[in-house]
Amino acid sequence: MSDANETSQAPKKPAGRRKFELDPALAAYKGVWVFIEHERGKVHTVSWELLGEGRKLADKLGVELAGVVLGTPGDMSRSFCAEAFRHGADLCYLMEDELLKDYRNEPFTKGLTDLVNRYQPEILLLGATTQGRDLAGSVATTLQTGLTADCTELAIDPENRSLAATRPTFGGSLLCTIVTLNYRPQMATVRPRVMAMPERDESRSGRIVEHPLGIVEASIITKVLEFIPDNLQDKPQLAFADIIVAGGRGLKKPENFHLIWELAKVLGAEVGATRPLVQDGWVEADRQVGQSGKTVRPKLYIAAGISGAVQHRVGMEASDVIIAINSDPNAPIFDFATYGIVGNAMTILPALTEAFRQHLATAKLAG
Amino acid sequence: MHIVVCIKQVPDSAQIRVHPVTNTIMRQGVPAIVNPYDLYSLEEALRLKDKYGGRVTVLSMGPPQAEAALRKAISFGADDAILVTDRVFAGSDTLATSYALASAIRQIQKDMPVDMVFAGKQTIDGDTAQVGPGIAKRLDMQLLTYVSSIPALDMENREITVERRAEGGVQVLRTKLPCLVTVLEGNNEMRFATMANMFRAARYPLKVWDKDGAGIEDITKTGLKGSPTIVSKVFAPTAKTVKAEIIDTESNQPKDLAVTLLAKMFTQHPQLQREIGKSAN
Ligand SMILES: Cc1cc2nc3c(=O)[nH]c(=O)nc-3n(C[C@H](O)[C@H](O)[C@H](O)COP(=O)(O)OP(=O)(O)OC[C@H]3O[C@@H](n4cnc5c(N)ncnc54)[C@H](O)[C@@H]3O)c2cc1C
Repeated sequence: MSDANETSQAPKKPAGRRKFELDPALAAYKGVWVFIEHERGKVHTVSWELLGEGRKLADKLGVELAGVVLGTPGDMSRSFCAEAFRHGADLCYLMEDELLKDYRNEPFTKGLTDLVNRYQPEILLLGATTQGRDLAGSVATTLQTGLTADCTELAIDPENRSLAATRPTFGGSLLCTIVTLNYRPQMATVRPRVMAMPERDESRSGRIVEHPLGIVEASIITKVLEFIPDNLQDKPQLAFADIIVAGGRGLKKPENFHLIWELAKVLGAEVGATRPLVQDGWVEADRQVGQSGKTVRPKLYIAAGISGAVQHRVGMEASDVIIAINSDPNAPIFDFATYGIVGNAMTILPALTEAFRQHLATAKLAG
Repeated sequence: MHIVVCIKQVPDSAQIRVHPVTNTIMRQGVPAIVNPYDLYSLEEALRLKDKYGGRVTVLSMGPPQAEAALRKAISFGADDAILVTDRVFAGSDTLATSYALASAIRQIQKDMPVDMVFAGKQTIDGDTAQVGPGIAKRLDMQLLTYVSSIPALDMENREITVERRAEGGVQVLRTKLPCLVTVLEGNNEMRFATMANMFRAARYPLKVWDKDGAGIEDITKTGLKGSPTIVSKVFAPTAKTVKAEIIDTESNQPKDLAVTLLAKMFTQHPQLQREIGKSAN
């Protein structure tokens, strides 16, 4: 299949570092932008994570970092800008219009495209969410520029100042670095929790550049009839959990999975799992950690009976401390865990649960 | 009603192996399948056809072997299949791909107007989720991504109502045809191929279009030339240099191992003391 059409960002033959002169018209594109995504009055945290990453890129390039807020006129949109400054933005482009109340592809594509054409950023970052991906694909096509999806690392190529965007490919077995040649802006999306949350700095502020949307409701074909919010109580919240206890196929039988729940209960942790367990129906899909599941970055991740396949690893390796329990001393998970116990998960897990319980009891006594 | 469903043949990523020394993909013997996300879209399109009548045309851009994916779709109940294949498309990124597919859809429209285009939410090999939005933009169609259900379709007024997965909830949207829909996984399951359709698939005279057949106007917008992004480097994830500290005790009894681990961890990472049991009950 090597001479086949590749219709995606799966690697073609690496083209190597191509020398090229950036078009003078494109060299005028300056600055790093982050699209500030919000829904129902709340900014998606991926936007702050992107500002953290965007700050580093902007500093390396010696340019400004901007947040882009499209929303309704009033306090809320302005508070989003203020919050963007606290997370590292130097300025915000603000487009206020009643039509921007709910996310819709048409007005948001028009708004963001207009801003890009008017103020010409060299890099534009969006979250790889249902909103960010919907918008990014439309905007990139309208602008006829390159877009790299689901990046795990963003860097500046020192030779030509272009964005080098790294992403997993072929089901995560390999990584590839993608560059956008003679096109601007260079666009990329990043999944939530892949990048670290930047420190919030209360003292930071910045300037706001306003720009009108300039369309009327009658010209927008798609209408929002209703928004049915998720019942968050019913859903596991792995992405922001501080502690996660996760199980894999090494637990052997669904009956053994309660050992994970018991440890999690003592620790006040969330429960995660590998894909095979989700596919076999041991736990719900929202608990899957990894490339085709959730990306998590807890302070402590306990992995029991998990081999550490790369597709699982990419979803959890940003955890501060990883404890791995595996009967195979050569399991790949020991290559990147912090601590390892070589042994049978079915006996280690209860022992660990008991040890934590005692530790907590002693800590409480000590006050 | 006429629906065009865009599908892609992909290598079954579950079976892809990386050569341990050269870090290259070992494609040999890896079976090609229909991108699983495309099947949710195809099934949804077939359900609309069952309910409202009309035709479903499947469209794929790819190498000649992608014919197999299209025949598979016919066996599930699609009416027509078109393969767009030409060497000029080699190396296309998502922008160039949406250009070629949009152009082919315009050709299809010359024979029979297209009311809706369905595309997979994303592919399992590229994962970009960009081709659908790109086609919609190029054909000036309304874009409906991550659709979980289609509660209403009014062909008379050419209006469609869909439920779309948004962050933190579900948006109920109403729009006008023509539109492009990408379907969220897990809300339907591909039907079984009937015997009759399997026979039909085997005999079906597939339409094969080269760049002229697909009505490509500007060849510089296709293939490597028409792709703003290039892959500059492919590499294996680096192994961390520091391996796990393996907890060892004389007895190697679970209890001793657990206690030793905790003591070590809380000494080296005292901040974890505060996290443990924080929200336990
Ligand atoms: C496109 C694609 C996407 C994927 N996405 C994901 C994803 O998002 N998340 C994910 O997790 N996977 C994903 N996978 C699957 C992934 O490749 C692995 O197959 C999976 O992570 C393995 O799960 P596991 O560790 O539970 O099972 P295994 O790999 O079977 O590992 C079981 C481990 O348990 C150990 N063990 C056995 N007995 C015991 C015992 N008694 N006590 C302790 N240890 C024991 C074994 O030594 C082994 O290391 C994906 C794969 C593909 C192709």
